[in-house]
Amino acid sequence: MSAAAPPTAARPTTAPVAHRPAATRRRAGSLVWHLGSLLVLAVVLYPVLWVIGSSFKPSKDILGSLELFPAKPVMDNFTGLADGIADVSIWSFFQNSLFYALGAVAGVLISCSLTAYAFAKIRFAGRNLLFTLMIGTLLLPYHVLLIPQYVMFQKMELINTYVPLLLGKYLATEAFFVFLMVQFMRNLPRELDEAARLDGCGHLRIYWSVVLPLCRPALITSAIFTFINAWNDFMGPLIYLNEPGKYTVSLGLTMFRDSDGLASNYGGLIAMSLVALLPVLLFFLAFQRYLIDGMATSGLKG
Amino acid sequence: MTLVKDAPPALRKARSAAPAVRRRGRRENLAGYLFMSPWIAGFLLLTAGPMAASLYFAFTDYNLFTSPRWIGFGNFTRMFDDPRWQKSVEVTAKYVVIGTPLKLLLALGVALLLAQSRRGQAFYRAAFYAPSLIGASVSVGFVWRAMFSDGAVVDQGMSVFGVHVGGWVGNPDWILYCLVALTVWQFGAPMVIFLAGLKQVPKELYEAAAMDGAGPLRRFWNITLPMISPVLFFNVLLETIHSFQIFGSAYVVSNTSCGPADATLVYTCYLYQQGFKNAQMGFASAMAWMLLLAVALVTAVLFWSQKKWVHYENDTEDTR
Repeated sequence: MSAAAPPTAARPTTAPVAHRPAATRRRAGSLVWHLGSLLVLAVVLYPVLWVIGSSFKPSKDILGSLELFPAKPVMDNFTGLADGIADVSIWSFFQNSLFYALGAVAGVLISCSLTAYAFAKIRFAGRNLLFTLMIGTLLLPYHVLLIPQYVMFQKMELINTYVPLLLGKYLATEAFFVFLMVQFMRNLPRELDEAARLDGCGHLRIYWSVVLPLCRPALITSAIFTFINAWNDFMGPLIYLNEPGKYTVSLGLTMFRDSDGLASNYGGLIAMSLVALLPVLLFFLAFQRYLIDGMATSGLKG
Repeated sequence: MTLVKDAPPALRKARSAAPAVRRRGRRENLAGYLFMSPWIAGFLLLTAGPMAASLYFAFTDYNLFTSPRWIGFGNFTRMFDDPRWQKSVEVTAKYVVIGTPLKLLLALGVALLLAQSRRGQAFYRAAFYAPSLIGASVSVGFVWRAMFSDGAVVDQGMSVFGVHVGGWVGNPDWILYCLVALTVWQFGAPMVIFLAGLKQVPKELYEAAAMDGAGPLRRFWNITLPMISPVLFFNVLLETIHSFQIFGSAYVVSNTSCGPADATLVYTCYLYQQGFKNAQMGFASAMAWMLLLAVALVTAVLFWSQKKWVHYENDTEDTR
């Protein structure tokens, strides 16, 4: 409607009669707009509300009862979590996930920003070829690398450690974030680093004192996405970790199924699902602007 | 992709000057490679090396414990005769062909809706995007499994309309649609990209077209669609490649069985079973290469087709 707004707004001076029908039409359009948006919103949010409501229901009611929030909420599902599962405390899963996610964030921030700086700010031989290769890895299915990487880490006796999960993050294999940062650095005003260069600054100095501080939005976007991806990562931990004490939250969740069978401890499973989602949801609420803008620009520049 | 851009002409001019500048060029090379060194190490150790190894394993019989034995195309012939492999291709193709267009249509539709008004746009955009962040998690997989169980909310809701499916997740004919629903639910990510593309369409175009008497449908077809075609191309490419590689949701929603009756045996699930449950590393590598070929083929076809339907403007600002 905003596209049509300027002409109608300009018209009343010349044709005041046209004003009223246009206004009612606009109001009707706006009503349809809000109804449509609310309908989509209801469908989108329903599963989230469902898991919140269900976590306060007794296990036996979770599947069958249709009320979104129980009339008599119970805390049993959450208090049950405190007992842990198969002698592993829930806290251990969270510690492991936090270690993995924070380790991944540190690695991605350091290695991807260094690589991006080289692509964006240094003219060296072979740069365009390497950049094309880097973009190529974006489209490469991870599964081609899965088996040889597993074989390699197995030979190095690094199975059941976090090295296989974290090493790539420190070696800038997350091409998406390199790409995001390159785009951002290329758009920084060139005068800044040229001035720094005239003042005798080397690349390391320019990288650290000029470019990095200006790249904060891109760094924040990358950090949050990395955290969330690591937190949600399932295949990596599934393949590389085989001792419950080392499990991340994602993998720990599957133990709720394994130990009790799905039906009997439904409450625990749902409560744990909610608790596992909370960090991601909180991150999202706090940083949604960075996430969405990061997503949007990645698509536009592609 | 028009990504590879050169440095400013100012630097290039300076290059042909003095030997001091050439020395500086060599220093630039060194600096460049030093800054790049983590990526180069990662590329060799974790991408190029494994790719070569995987190609070799694909032609061997390898169980991880004895050394690989060369069997030529043995894995591939076995694969084509394997009914479960055929089933996994069928399931994945169905998932991609049904899920991706639905998801993109919904994303485009909602983006067009949101682009109509500024009031509340930021809120709706954020809310609709949220599922894309949590959709791939194990939690949501289990929630989906619960909601689509026998007698649960979806089943009861469908009964209102006289459709009695029972539990979708227990029914081989329906469980795949449960996965499709899960991916469509995550339409927010492509929607955000569509919205950003829609914002870049110059308003004057619509005004001029409206002046010429073009109705909304015509304006959509003749202005909006061509103008956002690069973004549409990007979304189609990315979403298609991603859906080929679906693993976690299929694994969790099917309660780790990829069943019932192999109904959710997506390609990567079978690859996982063969490689990590049956220690058939050679066979799994061959499967991975077939996946790579399929993805490469789809990518090539999309890039080839873009000449026909993607309109790139001569956007001087972007090729700076």
